Amino acid sequence: MTDINKIPPQIRRDIVRMVHDVQSGHPGGSLGTVEFFTALFFEILRDIQPENFKIESTGEDTFILSNGHITPVYYSTLARRGFFPVSELSSFRKLGSRLQGHPSTHDGLPGIRIASGSLGQGLSVALGVAQGKKLNLDNHLVYTLHGDGELQEGQIWEAVLYAGAKGIDNLIATVDYNNAQIDGKVDDVLSLGDLKAKFKAFNWEVVDIRNGNDLDAVIKGLKEAKNLSGKGKPVAVLLHTKMGFGIDFMEGDYRWHGKALNDEQLEKALKQLPETLGDY
Amino acid sequence: MKKYTYTEKKDTRSGFGDALTELGKKNKNIVALTADVAGSVKMNEFAKLFPERFFDVGIQEANMIGMAAGFTLEGKIPFASTFAEFITGRVYDQIRQAVAYSEKNVKICASHAGLTVGEDGATHQALEDLGMMKMLPGMVVINPCDYNQTKAATLAIAEHKGPVYLRFGRPKVPNFTPENQKFEIGKAVVLNEGKDVSIFATGHLVWEAIKATEKLEAEGISVDLINIHTIKPLDKKAVLNSVKKTGAVVTAEEHNRLGGLGESISGLLSSEYPAPQEFVAVNDKFGESGTGDELMKKYGLDAESIYQAVKKVLNRK
Repeated sequence: MTDINKIPPQIRRDIVRMVHDVQSGHPGGSLGTVEFFTALFFEILRDIQPENFKIESTGEDTFILSNGHITPVYYSTLARRGFFPVSELSSFRKLGSRLQGHPSTHDGLPGIRIASGSLGQGLSVALGVAQGKKLNLDNHLVYTLHGDGELQEGQIWEAVLYAGAKGIDNLIATVDYNNAQIDGKVDDVLSLGDLKAKFKAFNWEVVDIRNGNDLDAVIKGLKEAKNLSGKGKPVAVLLHTKMGFGIDFMEGDYRWHGKALNDEQLEKALKQLPETLGDY
Repeated sequence: MKKYTYTEKKDTRSGFGDALTELGKKNKNIVALTADVAGSVKMNEFAKLFPERFFDVGIQEANMIGMAAGFTLEGKIPFASTFAEFITGRVYDQIRQAVAYSEKNVKICASHAGLTVGEDGATHQALEDLGMMKMLPGMVVINPCDYNQTKAATLAIAEHKGPVYLRFGRPKVPNFTPENQKFEIGKAVVLNEGKDVSIFATGHLVWEAIKATEKLEAEGISVDLINIHTIKPLDKKAVLNSVKKTGAVVTAEEHNRLGGLGESISGLLSSEYPAPQEFVAVNDKFGESGTGDELMKKYGLDAESIYQAVKKVLNRK
C-alpha cells in the first residue's frame, strides 16, 4: 500500500479542487478531518471491502458519517481507498452525479450506507448497527464522526444516553472538536461546556486526541479507543482539530465552513499542498 | 348485497401484535422497537418470547427511528412502533432521511391513529399521518380495517423489501374480514359490486361504509364498495374501473381531508376520469377529548355521514 503520509496532502488537494470547481460545498470541516479519515480508512477499519462494497455492513468494521456536509473529504478518501474511480471526484455536486452534495445511498455510490446531512442522526443509526452486530455475534466495531456543533441537536443526547445506559461497547463515536460552526465559535453560539465530563456522566469512556491533525497521533488515539471497546461502555473520541487545516489562510476560521475558494485562493492553496498521488 | 357479519370486536393493534409474535417465531431477523409503550402497541408477547430482539428505547422516538435504520444494515427487519402522532410528526425528518431517502427496510407501525384514541385529545389524535407518509417517495402506506386484516398486513409487510408505514388503532371494532386472508399490498378489496356510486373507504371507516351501504341498498341505491387498505401505491385500476361504472364517488377515512385517501383518489380521477366526489374526512381541524364514538359522530366519520355523502354526490351526477 501507498505510504500513508502521502495521502493527506492529496486528499486536501482533492477537497479544494472539488469545492472550487462547483463553487459550493464544505471545505472547512473537510480539511480539518483529513487525518481522521486517512487513519480510519487506511489503518483502522478492519475487513472493509472497497472493491466489493455491499450496503449491508455485516462482517466488517462500519463507519457512519453523521455530519454529512463534509462530503469532500469523505468522497476523496473513499475514492483514494478504491471504493470508486478517482476520476469520478470531478462530478462532485453536479447534475446526475453519484457524488451528491450530502451523502446518499440513492445513487449507489460505493461506501455510503445511509444518507446524512440533516444533523444529529448518525449516532442513532450507529446504535442500530452496533446492536445488530451483537445479535449477529459479529465482533466488528462501529465508528461514527460528528461535528461539535452537531452535538447541539437533541437526538444526539438521546443516543448518548441510550448508548451509555445500555452499555453499547462496540461503538466508537468521534467528535470533530474544532470549536467552529456556521455562525461562529461553538463556544459563542451555544457552548458545549465540559464535553468530556458530559460524556463521562453519560457512562462513556473518553479519549482525547490533542492534535487531531497529526496523523500518528490520530492513529494512536483511535487504537487506544479500540482498546477501550468491548468493556461495557461506548467510547467517545474528542478529536481536537483546526477547521481548514493545511492551508494557512483557511486555518481556524469558521467562515470556511461552507464557502468555496475563488481562483486566486485555489492557486494559493494548491501551492501549499504537494501533489503526492496525482490529481483526479 | 353480501351480508357481512362478525363474531367479536377486536382492536387492530392486537392484530399487529399477534402477527409480530408469529413473525418472531418464523424469522430470527425480525427485531421490535418501541418507545415506552410496549403494552399499548401489543409488543408484550414478542418481548417475552424474544427478549434479545426486543428494544424498548425509552421515550426517544427520534433515536428509535435512527436505530431501526441502522438495524437494517445488519440484515435485520425492524418493526418500530409507537403512537401514530409520535412516529410520524415528531420524527418526520428522521424518517425522511434515514429511512425513506436511504431506502431502508424499516416497518413504521403506528398505533392509536385518528380520533378513536378518544379521551386523550388532539395531541394524541394523528389526523395528518397518512399525508405525511404518502408524500415520501418509496414509502408504502397501509391502513387496514380490522383485526384480521391488520394481522395479515403485518405478515405481508415483513416480506416486502423497503420502507412501510402501517397504521392501526386502539378501539375494538367489528372483526369481519376472513381469518388467515392473503394480504396483497396495493390491491384493493371489493366488498360489494354496484353501479350507482363508488364508496372508497379505509381503516375503521370500512365497517361504517358497510353499514351505510346496507341502508343505501335497501333503498335501491346500488353501491360499489371498495376497501382501499393500501393508500400508496394506490390501486388505480380498481378505482378507475369502479368510477367508470358509477360516475360518482364518496371517500371515507379517519384522517384530515387534506393529504388523505380522498385526496389521492381525487388526484387520480382529475387527471384520468373526472367525477363528482364527496369527502368523509376531518375537515382541516384538530380533534378533542371525548369517547371515540362521540368524536366519530361529531366530526362526521360514521355510517350516517357516509350515507348523507352518497345522497349528496348522487344529486351532483
